[in-house]
Amino acid sequence: MIAGFIAYAGEIHEPAHLVDGGVLAQYAWLIPLVPLVLMFAIVFFGKRLPYKGWELAEASMLFVAIYGVALLVMNANEGITHEGSIEIARIGSYTIEWGWVVDGLSIMMYAVVGVVGLAVFTYAKGYMEGDSRYTWFFAAFTLFAGAMLVLVSSANMIQLLVGWELVGLASYLLIGHYWEDHSNNAAAIKAFLTNKIADVGLVIGVIIVGVTVGSFRFGDILSAVSAGDSALAQVAFWAGLALFIGAMGKSAQFPFHVWLPDAMAGPTPVSSLMHAATMVTAGVYLLGRMFPFYQSDLFAADVKTWIIIIGSITLFAMGLLALVQDDLKRVLAYSTVSQLGYMTVAMGAGAYTAGLFHLFTHAFFKGLLFLCAGSVIHAVHSNNMSDMGGLRKPMPWTYRTFLAGSLALAGIFPLAGFWSKDEILASISYDAGHGGGAIASVVLWIAIAGAFVTAFYMARAVYLTFFGEYQGQAHPHESPRVMTYPMIGLAGLSIVGGFVNVPGLFTGFTEWLAARPLPMGDHHAESIDFALAATGLLVALAGIAAGTRVWRRDAATQRERDRFRVPLLYPLLEHRYFVDDLYRVALTDPIKGPVARFIDWTNTYVIDAVVNAFGAVAKGLARVVYGGFDQRGIDFVVNAVAGGTNEAGEMLRRTTTGRVQQYAGALFGGAVLLVVGLLIFT
Amino acid sequence: MLVSQFLVLAALLFSIGVYGVLVRRNAVLVLLSIELMLTAVSINLVAFGAYLQDTLLSGQVFALFVITIAAAEVGIGLAIVVMIFRNRSSANLDELDLMRW
Repeated sequence: MIAGFIAYAGEIHEPAHLVDGGVLAQYAWLIPLVPLVLMFAIVFFGKRLPYKGWELAEASMLFVAIYGVALLVMNANEGITHEGSIEIARIGSYTIEWGWVVDGLSIMMYAVVGVVGLAVFTYAKGYMEGDSRYTWFFAAFTLFAGAMLVLVSSANMIQLLVGWELVGLASYLLIGHYWEDHSNNAAAIKAFLTNKIADVGLVIGVIIVGVTVGSFRFGDILSAVSAGDSALAQVAFWAGLALFIGAMGKSAQFPFHVWLPDAMAGPTPVSSLMHAATMVTAGVYLLGRMFPFYQSDLFAADVKTWIIIIGSITLFAMGLLALVQDDLKRVLAYSTVSQLGYMTVAMGAGAYTAGLFHLFTHAFFKGLLFLCAGSVIHAVHSNNMSDMGGLRKPMPWTYRTFLAGSLALAGIFPLAGFWSKDEILASISYDAGHGGGAIASVVLWIAIAGAFVTAFYMARAVYLTFFGEYQGQAHPHESPRVMTYPMIGLAGLSIVGGFVNVPGLFTGFTEWLAARPLPMGDHHAESIDFALAATGLLVALAGIAAGTRVWRRDAATQRERDRFRVPLLYPLLEHRYFVDDLYRVALTDPIKGPVARFIDWTNTYVIDAVVNAFGAVAKGLARVVYGGFDQRGIDFVVNAVAGGTNEAGEMLRRTTTGRVQQYAGALFGGAVLLVVGLLIFT
Repeated sequence: MLVSQFLVLAALLFSIGVYGVLVRRNAVLVLLSIELMLTAVSINLVAFGAYLQDTLLSGQVFALFVITIAAAEVGIGLAIVVMIFRNRSSANLDELDLMRW
């Protein structure tokens, strides 16, 4: 095997000792709460503020970034593990809790979400300028980040599920932000439904594990794993598979990858955050959180075979798709799917550190690449690379940062991607020799081939966007500083981000992540495997060279070269392996038509009938009340009284003649009558 | 002295007054007829006062009141009649129906 002379640590890696973390850890529940509270503040008061709510969103991300980095520094100094819970409700023997966990894994996620979020939120101020739903956008965006923090801070599976669904909701709102265009709505619904289907797996897994262990807390579940709980061991394979299906949905693994490229319909900052820190990392995070469960032979170790297979299919097949896309954002989207495949493969190979390390570095350079893509799109008013070209000169900073991100993604020494990708390759190689068997050996070659593809499509993206002649109609110009500064910041992190984990020299990141209450049972490289690192680097350089060969020369015919067609393969890639078409023919159409017809029928013949019946009854009743009771009853009495009074007045008024002598006559006549009466009756 | 003679006189005067009020057209004559009726009442009061030997002389005192009120009434009545005559050049009660419905 390639990994001939690599030294590995023992199966169990434990930091020297762990501390509680003190006040900072006790108040970590503020991390998800502050963005959620500020989200409501933006909704209610945002429009009245000088920056229309952006400042509140930015403040929430600044808070998370500072808090996350402070915890990261503390954790680097002395491993922290802290868990807090507040009971919300009790159902039978189960407890619903709001919990927060502060350990190596969640601290890393807080820092990544905070730092990338801060950059993206700053950038979004420039990018979203003039948007008709500016305030609403930042409310939903803050919800998106807050939901992810609810997810990663969760100490139990129920809260994880809540955060998981909130992320789905926020992504739905943001992908469909430009809802005036029908296709954007369709993309939002597609993302939501694809995730929902996978979420069924997650819910089943949560129920199986929670009911078997008797608690939904990760702490209790992992203690049961550590103690070798036999009841959990019996259901472990199916529970593990179900949880992995949930992770596949959020992390866009084949065959649930279809939603992520369509999610490009949202504004570019959304894509950036979604692909870097929030949403798609959730699945990998879940695998990391449950890692001992998958790692232990007693439990779901068999699922790892599936994880590594799914991951390798995703990383290679989706990488190829990035080669034929004209939409710059879609190139990056398929690239993300492919990189998520790498992370999944690492998890499947039992490399906790490697998978999450790639998540960490990928967050910086993929966030950066999307911000650059947004900057370009902002300048040329088109997503398509056929409308770009030659942007190197008008947009120097976008070009430089995009190049840094591309080289980091391609895995060129010494940028961030090199270190994390190399660690993954080393992990697969180790796994091939320690229980992974033939599958891991094949996957290693696939992963190396994937590195070639990655470099190849990124070379294509760089050349088609920034080299040659400008093909579009607009007048491209560099973006404002509010957009370029976050890009430069993330570019810096993309360049140096990998040095936190250099095997054999400085393994800080490994120890940060190892700050967990129970041992992970993972394995990770203790020294650089020079042969494998050289192979990875050479393959990446070969990819760049091949990309240069195909797309660099002869600017005028670049578009022609882009259309070079390999028989069979090109149509296959162009139609995305027909997976979307298959879903449409096999799932969407058969369900959509009958369901729509049934609902239409129900609407017409059931709901409308009931409503009409109620209407008719009410109308008839009203007619009876009006005609019989009101008109003939009450009105008759009222009119009779008025009419009688009127008639009497008509008659009596005639006695008022105005003749004094008639009055006097009546007076005397009356007096006479009185006298006569008195005489008769006394 | 027979009280009945005074009563007959008063009754005659009162009847003449009633006749005048009901029949005469001229407003001045109607007012005069009312005076006749009041006079008849005064005669009755004085007559009964004398007949009953009232030490407080209440009959006579009442007669004085009636005369006072009659004077006031005639004063107002004649003033109204004069104003109507000036406005309408007539004091004929048959033409006076301003208060008709």
